[in-house]
Amino acid sequence: MTPRRLPEDPQLRRLVVAQMSRRNVLTGAGGLTLAGLLAACGTGGTPTSQGSAEGGAVVDRSAEEKIVNWANWTLYLDYDSEAQTYPSLDAFTKQTGIQANYSEDIDGNDSYFGKVQGQLAAGQDIGQDIVTLTDWMTARMIRLGYTQELDRSNIPNAKNLLRNLQDVDFDPGRKHSLTWQSGFAGIAWNKKAIPGGLKSVSDLWNPELRGRVEVLDEMRDTLGLMMLENGVDIGGNWGDDEFDNALDDLRREIANGQIRQVKGNSYKQDLISEDALAVVAWSGDITQLNFEQGDKWEFILPEAGGTLWSDNLMVPVASPHKTNAEKLMNFYYDPENAATVAAWVNYISPVAGAREAMEKVDPSLVDNPLIFPTDEYLADAHVIRTLSADEETKYNDRFQKAIGN
Amino acid sequence: MSLLATRRQQQTGAGKGKNGRKRNKPEDFRSPGEVAADKRKSHMGYWLILPGFIFMLLFFVLPVFSLLATSLYTKPPGADIGQFAPALQFSNYAVVLQDYWAELIRSFGFALIATVAALLIGYPMAYLVAVRLRHRNLLRGILLVLIIAPFFTSFILRTQAWKQILADESLVVSALQAVALLPEDGRLTATAFAVVCGLTYNFLPFMTLPIYASLERLDTRLLEASSDLYSNAFTTFRRVTLPLSMPGVMAGTLLTFIPASGDYINAALLGNNQDTTMIGQVIDSRFFRVVDYPGASALSFILMLAILALVTLYVRRFGTKELI
Repeated sequence: MTPRRLPEDPQLRRLVVAQMSRRNVLTGAGGLTLAGLLAACGTGGTPTSQGSAEGGAVVDRSAEEKIVNWANWTLYLDYDSEAQTYPSLDAFTKQTGIQANYSEDIDGNDSYFGKVQGQLAAGQDIGQDIVTLTDWMTARMIRLGYTQELDRSNIPNAKNLLRNLQDVDFDPGRKHSLTWQSGFAGIAWNKKAIPGGLKSVSDLWNPELRGRVEVLDEMRDTLGLMMLENGVDIGGNWGDDEFDNALDDLRREIANGQIRQVKGNSYKQDLISEDALAVVAWSGDITQLNFEQGDKWEFILPEAGGTLWSDNLMVPVASPHKTNAEKLMNFYYDPENAATVAAWVNYISPVAGAREAMEKVDPSLVDNPLIFPTDEYLADAHVIRTLSADEETKYNDRFQKAIGN
Repeated sequence: MSLLATRRQQQTGAGKGKNGRKRNKPEDFRSPGEVAADKRKSHMGYWLILPGFIFMLLFFVLPVFSLLATSLYTKPPGADIGQFAPALQFSNYAVVLQDYWAELIRSFGFALIATVAALLIGYPMAYLVAVRLRHRNLLRGILLVLIIAPFFTSFILRTQAWKQILADESLVVSALQAVALLPEDGRLTATAFAVVCGLTYNFLPFMTLPIYASLERLDTRLLEASSDLYSNAFTTFRRVTLPLSMPGVMAGTLLTFIPASGDYINAALLGNNQDTTMIGQVIDSRFFRVVDYPGASALSFILMLAILALVTLYVRRFGTKELI
């Protein structure tokens, strides 16, 4: 919990320091030295103004430094556990001569944002040339000016981006971001414990499952599903009433003990230990769990619909290797490389032609609707609309309070 | 008897300022050369604390001021997420206190119960190893390693292991249900009980080790003397052993209570979303999820002040000068 900014306005800064000396915290010369140090240690954040650095000031050193640093989530790229390498990255290096430093640094949109925001706001290099964040966080990053504009001439393969992803409300024309993978949020259950299965979110509230249900702490997925259950078009123009109704449902089910815990990624452990028998889940997780633990769970989009989200590749402001980053994006937009990744991560590939390429990579996955969803399947999946900054703060606050924080 | 008396005297004398000044009195009779040498020595002392001073300044004092400043920031109208303007908005404190007083009190309640439980478990453990097994070196070594061993693995992994051990379908829960100690639909994880147990377990070494250290120095002849004077075991413990181990008890309780009240891992992994939220979780949620830096900073500052106040009261009440 290290706040990183001090008052920028010199007058206010003096006020804050004076305030402290009145409390006898600082005295005499020591105080002055401290004040100087304080002034020096502020990273010069820009609280109210534009909040972003000028992209033009960054020098692209891609030509001299043949490297690209990429921050991604865990289990999100094909991995050879025996050789301990990422085969597709090796292929990228072989093809382009660019060394890729891949790190699984991102374990949550919010926590990652909290970690790097101070530097991004100050226009500093965060040491990553590509970051991979979910739609709503991508929207926030672009809105705050924390990303660089992509040069599409370096990414000819971007033409393979699926049509429905080409124009999104948070990045018209995809100038700053490209989809990495997409996935669904829906409901999943333990097949042995619930042989009859589930059809809708309301089925999660069956008293027989009391204390054995978990929902995701990702607000847009859990409340998105609950709003859909209430008949709300989550991509449309919903507002406070629709949100609060769904939130009331969530509060009720927490209060009456139906929901055991509201969780992030760790709901997978609870599925394995069978503390949780029915959950709001991400599609790829269930596919992976079934693969690792034997076919124990089933995932569906509820009758009223599930959510469709995407993670996006972006180049952070002040990254000195933008061209290399673009070459890496171009590499993964090649259908065959995209199929290689999709076969391993089990999420939806955003690349047109990946399905045809999958015939060569792993024919058994070609008809998997969680990787290559049919049009009917996609019709049940909804993208939640992008929230404004004020809405985001307001709804996050209400959601966090409802889940006990 | 006389032995006990001298020890007491030594103990009481050690920290007292009055005696300290007395001892320095001969200074007045020293030669000027000696005085100068002493002054050089005292300068040397300042140089030696310089690295520590700079370290504390950079990594404690400055962040605290930064925290204080941030806690008074305001969100100007129309500002985007994470954008705040410097201000002196003291109402931030009132707002977070109003919203989160319950979590604050709960954190101290959980930490208090965990500290008492750790004391009740840790003291006998420390006593056994330090006094009873004093001459059985091998056994003592093994037990000491067992006490410290939990430190060798990650805090989070150990707590995660607890979740598996106490899961609804686990042997523990079914056994407890079979003997009707736990209702049919009862559970152990995702409860306040589990959170307090996790806190107790995770901070137990911090309680046991300081008590062990002070009991290890306990002169067992004092115990013999006490029984020679017709004290029973309980009186001996109350009048001799416990008072002499009080420095360890004080250190152990502080080392357990302070981190336990700010802990959020146990509550996040073993708790639920109704009645187990601790203040650390709230600070995490305000900072990362809601991106309310002033609110999170204000809560951190309140937590710090509250711990400081509680610890001061505690030390004033229970810790006498001769012990600390």
